[in-house]
Parts: sequence; C-alpha cells; structure tokens
Amino acid sequence: MIGLSANAVWVLFSTLILGTAAGIMGTFAYWKRQSLMSDALSHAALPGVVIGFLLTGEKHLPYMIGGAALSALIGAIFIHWIRSSSRIKEDAAMGIILSVFFGLGILLLSLVNRMAGAGQSGLDSFIFGQAAAMVAKDVWVMLGLALLLLGIAVFAFKEWKLYLFDPAFAQGLGLSNRWMNGIYLFSLVLVIVIGIQAVGVILMAALLIIPAVSARYWTHSFGWMVILSAMFGGGSGVVGTLLSVYGKGWPTGPFIVISAACLFLVSLTLGARKGLIVMAIQQHRQRRLLLKPRPRDQQAMERGRSA
Amino acid sequence: MVPVLKVDELSAAYRKNKVLDRVSFQIQPGTLTGIVGPNGAGKSTLLKVLLDLHPRLAGEVNFFGSTYQRMKSRVGYVPQRGSVDWDFPTHALDVVMMGLYGKIGWFRWPGRSHRDQAMEALAEMGMAEYAHRQISQLSGGQQQRVFLARALVMDADLYLLDEPLAGVDAATERAIMTTLNLLKKRGRTVMVVHHDLQTVEEYFDHVLFLNRSVIAHGPTNEVFTEANLHRTYGGALRLWGGRPG
Repeated sequence: MIGLSANAVWVLFSTLILGTAAGIMGTFAYWKRQSLMSDALSHAALPGVVIGFLLTGEKHLPYMIGGAALSALIGAIFIHWIRSSSRIKEDAAMGIILSVFFGLGILLLSLVNRMAGAGQSGLDSFIFGQAAAMVAKDVWVMLGLALLLLGIAVFAFKEWKLYLFDPAFAQGLGLSNRWMNGIYLFSLVLVIVIGIQAVGVILMAALLIIPAVSARYWTHSFGWMVILSAMFGGGSGVVGTLLSVYGKGWPTGPFIVISAACLFLVSLTLGARKGLIVMAIQQHRQRRLLLKPRPRDQQAMERGRSA
Repeated sequence: MVPVLKVDELSAAYRKNKVLDRVSFQIQPGTLTGIVGPNGAGKSTLLKVLLDLHPRLAGEVNFFGSTYQRMKSRVGYVPQRGSVDWDFPTHALDVVMMGLYGKIGWFRWPGRSHRDQAMEALAEMGMAEYAHRQISQLSGGQQQRVFLARALVMDADLYLLDEPLAGVDAATERAIMTTLNLLKKRGRTVMVVHHDLQTVEEYFDHVLFLNRSVIAHGPTNEVFTEANLHRTYGGALRLWGGRPG
C-alpha cells in the first residue's frame, strides 16, 4: 500500500481482525443485554496489564494479556457476587467495579512510571490504544486469539442463538447454561484483552457496542446481524487505524471509535429496518392513506345517505 | 403402571419465602392435568423446580422412573410467553426449529428434513403462512402458537406448559386446546398451569390444586368441588352462580 510501512500493514490487519471479533462478540453481548458489562470488564483489565508488566519488568505481551484477562475475570466475579449477595443492582455493581479497578490500574501505572525502567515506555498506550506500537509478534498473538473466537462463534452458532433467545428452553434441551455463561464470559474477556493494546481500555467497549447496534438497523436475521456487525467492526478498525497512522502517533482508539460512530449515524438514518428515514416514509404513506377516502368507504357513505 | 411424573415432599424457596412446601403428587400417563391456584401459589415455580431451572430445597422428583437429567429428551417445556424477548431478530420457523436442536445434535447445522418437520408443526398450529414472519410482528396469540409448535416438534412424552392460555385470543385458545387433546389421544401426558377456573372442567380430565402445597389432586369430576376451591383460594375467591358443589 502506498505510504504504508510493512509494520503499518500488519497493524491494519490486526485492527481488522480485532474489529471483526469485537463485532461478533458485541452482538452476543447485545442480546444478552450486557453491552455495558463489556465496558466494566475492559476497565477492569487495566490493573492486570500493569501487574503483568511488573512481573516481567518489560513489555512482554503474553504476560500482559494474561494479567488483563485475569483481572477482567476477577472483576466479572466481583460484579456477579455483589449482585447476587446484596441488594445492589447490576448497573451499580458494574459502576463500582469499573471505577475501582480502573482507579487501581491508574495508581499502579503511575507507580511504574515513577520507578522508571527504560522498558515501561508505551504502557500508557493501553489506556487510549496505540496500534502503531504493535510489532509482528503481537499481531500473531492477536490473530491466533481472534481466530479461536471466530471458531467458537461459527462452530456453535445455533447454540449461541438458542442460548441468547431462550436460555430456559436451552437448558431443557440439555445445553448447560452454566457452561454457556462460562464460554460467553471467556469469549468476551478474550476480545477485550486482544483489543486493549490497539484501542485502549477506556474505548474498547465502544467497539463491542456500536457495531452491534448499527447492524440491528439493517436486518431482521440474527445470522446477518452477526455478519454485518463483524463487517462494521472490521471496517471501523481499518479506517480508524489508517487515520491514526497518517496522523503520526495519534492514538488509534479514538479514531476507531469515531469511525464506528459514523457508521452508526448512517445506520440510524438510512437503515433499512427502523432507520429514521424509512420510518418517516412509512408514517407519511399511512397518513396519506388515511386522508384519501377509499372507494369502498365512499360507497358505504353514499348508501348511508340514501337510506 | 409407572407414573410419568412422581414428586415426593418437594420444597423450594425464593430467598426467605418458601413457595413450595412438601409438594407430593403422581401423574399417570395419558392424562391432561390443569394446575390451578391463586397468584403466588408456586405454580410456575413448581414447573421450574421440576425442570432444574430453580434450585430445590428438598424432595425427590422422578420422570419415567428416572431423573430429569436422564429423561430430558422426553420432556417438552413451554415457558411463559413473556419469558423471552420477542424483539430478537428471527422468524417463526426458526424458533420452531429450536425444538429440534436436541435431535439435530450439538454443533451441527439443521438440514432440509428438520425444516420440513418444523413447517409441519407450524401448520398443525394453523401458522403455516406466518413461517417467515418476524416474531416481533406476531400477535400474542400467534407467538404462543409458535411456542407450542416448538414443543410439538420435540415429540416428547410429557409436556409441561406454563400459562399457555394467558392473554391469547379465542381462536388461539381453541387451537391450543385442540392440539393438547390430540396429544392426549396419542398417549402423551400434558400438564398445564391454568388461571381460568371457568374452563377447568371443560379442558382438563385431572386437576391439581396448588397453594404452596397440594390442596387436592385427582380426576376433575371428583376433586373440582366448591370445598376444594375454597381451601385453595380462601376467602379471596368470589364464586359464580349455579355451580354444583
């Protein structure tokens, strides 16, 4: 590609994969009514990233991803525990975990920055995302994890649909809700940890939420919603990264999210299903039909008059 | 004869409220039983506990002389219509196909024969022309029929239905009762959580009065008496005129 280094092509490729994976998982989260859960979990991943760094003393991606996954999972367990053992509702529980974990992450981060080893530079990029800082090896890790996720989604597509639509019935058919909940949480955390380096913990949730809601405006089929959401996510990833690369060191996350938001605006207005324009046209037609008397009504009126 | 369902001293609770207190009964094959009782009597909870959807505190449940986990494929459950989000992007035929997922096998894709079976079940419920209609655009009665068609394709021996007649139109009510009677004729066993006392005698050959525990259970003509109604509903029940006691 013109003007793009070999590394930039790798980076583009990785955000394409990431956006695709996030689009798929985002649709699942949307129908599980847990869009905000992804926000809480990605914020909760930050302390794990820093601890992973502290353990190795250098930017070693597998450790940091492992740490991120672990602390996101601990966050999820806490949310579940707060909700089920107290009177606090889920939204409040997510708010608590999100802010406390993120605060803890920032605290650890400033400690690390004060310790000032040479290797910690770039750790800040996990907050807003810095895809340009990624190297080929990171991309391979991401690619592997994203393919695993894609496999889980395609392989068990009908199971996902059943589980998301009617979990009680699914259980009756022998599809264990406990297992599905586990796989769902595992997949969600997987997307988050492969995404935070490129998009950052703060904006990661947007990549999970926005493509899915945009896709909802175009289709009445669950399968197509997943595919469209994957395409929207992948597209936003590529466009956002391109903008960021040309901007020389601008953070990737905000650009990816802005691209996704533009796609959402287009879907909201032009969407074929319940898009604002389509709805307005339908309303207009209905009103015209009401105002114009139909021939049968006229006949009835005349008959009424002659009687 | 081995009972289709045998429940012994079953108890369950929601947090600190005990909703089922030592419930015991047996259901014989080929019967059509109505479960009646006031709001909060534990009717829906009973079904959920039987199907391991809600934890039980104590008691034994036997399906076909074995556990539910082993006999799952022989039990068809029709949850309350309100238990799912009808805005979910899918059509009627697709929902009915879900009833076949157990037979198709996990991680396999449904084929043409499955589609035909689902179509047949929809037709049986008078819903063939709505097969490709979005489920969000179906009326409440039509949604209920889709749920019933989904249970039909499972080809189960015992059906448990949670308020299938709540809030449906007269045509749907007739269609559902015709289907349930057909199932009974084919030797299947059906249990229905029901709320309309006026139709109990017409619809069911057995009645189970439930109010946290079993108040009465047996053939309708023996147990559907004013005394049992009073014991189940207490003073809250206003009796209609002309009922033989």
